Amino acid sequence: MSHNQDGNHKQVHYVGDSRVRANRTKKYPPDYSEFPGNNEAFWPDFLLKEWMVAAVFLVGFMTLVMAEDPPLGEIADPTNTSFLPVPDWYFLFIYQWLKYKWAAGKFIVIGTIILPAILFGALAVVPWLDRSKERRPLKRPIATGLMSIALIATVALTWAAEDEHVKQLESAPSQAPANKKVIGQNEAGYQIYEKNACIKCHGDQLQGLNGPSLLGVGKKRTTDEIIKYMNEGKGAMPAGMFQGSPQEQKILADWLVKQKQK
Amino acid sequence: MLKAMYEWIDERLDINPIWRDVADHEVPEHVNPAHHFSAFIYCFGGLTFFVVVIQILSGMFLAMYFVPDIVNANASVAYLQNELAMGAIVRGMHHWGASVAIVMLFLHTLRVFFTGSYKHPREFNWVVGISIFFVMLGLGFTGYLLPWDNKAYFATKVGLEIASSVPFLGAYIKTFLQGGDIVGAQTLARFFALHVFFLPAALLGLLGAHFVLIRRQGISGPL
Repeated sequence: MSHNQDGNHKQVHYVGDSRVRANRTKKYPPDYSEFPGNNEAFWPDFLLKEWMVAAVFLVGFMTLVMAEDPPLGEIADPTNTSFLPVPDWYFLFIYQWLKYKWAAGKFIVIGTIILPAILFGALAVVPWLDRSKERRPLKRPIATGLMSIALIATVALTWAAEDEHVKQLESAPSQAPANKKVIGQNEAGYQIYEKNACIKCHGDQLQGLNGPSLLGVGKKRTTDEIIKYMNEGKGAMPAGMFQGSPQEQKILADWLVKQKQK
Repeated sequence: MLKAMYEWIDERLDINPIWRDVADHEVPEHVNPAHHFSAFIYCFGGLTFFVVVIQILSGMFLAMYFVPDIVNANASVAYLQNELAMGAIVRGMHHWGASVAIVMLFLHTLRVFFTGSYKHPREFNWVVGISIFFVMLGLGFTGYLLPWDNKAYFATKVGLEIASSVPFLGAYIKTFLQGGDIVGAQTLARFFALHVFFLPAALLGLLGAHFVLIRRQGISGPL
């Protein structure tokens, strides 16, 4: 190396230029010798263990990915007035408190500024709020208590928002599918449907008269759920509307599950 | 052969100290899950970084097919998910990875909080970590719009209405994010730019600071 005057080829020696200081002091990593027990070198011993943890994590993650396809809806239609908006689940707790009277309407400032400023502001400056030397959670009850309350409140708000959204979805008028053709109209299922009171409210083409349309019902309900509704009723539908035998009921429910019109 | 190549490069670039700086440190027993199984709580931070790497890699591949305009965005996502080999897997990794990243980040934050690891001298790293949390939430918010389906569109509309109700600044925030009078073509372009350029750049910078500080200060001691 041209800059190296002492002939030592292992040592880079950028003397006389600005790249690296010639006698760069070695930075010693923090020493854990005061800690009890077995320290381990990061490279390669501990890194191997980290990789094993990551591999286990990856298997779980890829199982989730392969089990559940990511959802994709219809292209956005700004003129759609009946769509129920919902944010991603990790924003639901904010979304929920904005629905309460004390944080909405006239008091929206509380919901959008004051509450987030207090909560997230406090979270950001936690080291200056909790200044004691003590680190064990039980020895600093105020910090631990406040965080636990915040945690429970976040879970509760998220739960409440999700619950409300599911209920709204159920009570919203279901949009009739574009395909209005009844599947298997000459099967035994349809004959049983015709003989019973079903046809009076749900229509001869499943289009819905007094009751909701059953087109596409197979995408939302299982056989067991449909049998339960026949026996116990649902919403405005009274219990015990089905008069036939349990075998017929099963055939009818199985036939309804086949109605997967889109 | 490899050794000779390494030495040839090392002699010129002096790379030995660079990776030695990263590799040469000891890991104490109380964070090592091989010694105490309960030490797995100390893995949450590393696993969050692992998910971030998954997000960056899967996102790079999604960007090869995604078209950020309102006519083609939804169709391009449908294409890469339904027609493309492994497309559903890559989009699945990015979609579910977003949620998993938030979960791991949350768990890591709780671990740091309940072990009091943010205390002197690590106050500043806590602030950097909270900033990372907000950047990740921003990535979640901007990424949610990109498939341009009804769910994405109306959630963003509501989100921007909430932002616009902030006193004084609200209108500016809304204009900045929305890019026009409605949630439309400009909004999608902006959210795309924020999601793939601005926020990842901020995230990488903050992550770098987070890791440098950890190396300087070391892991907090056992409780």
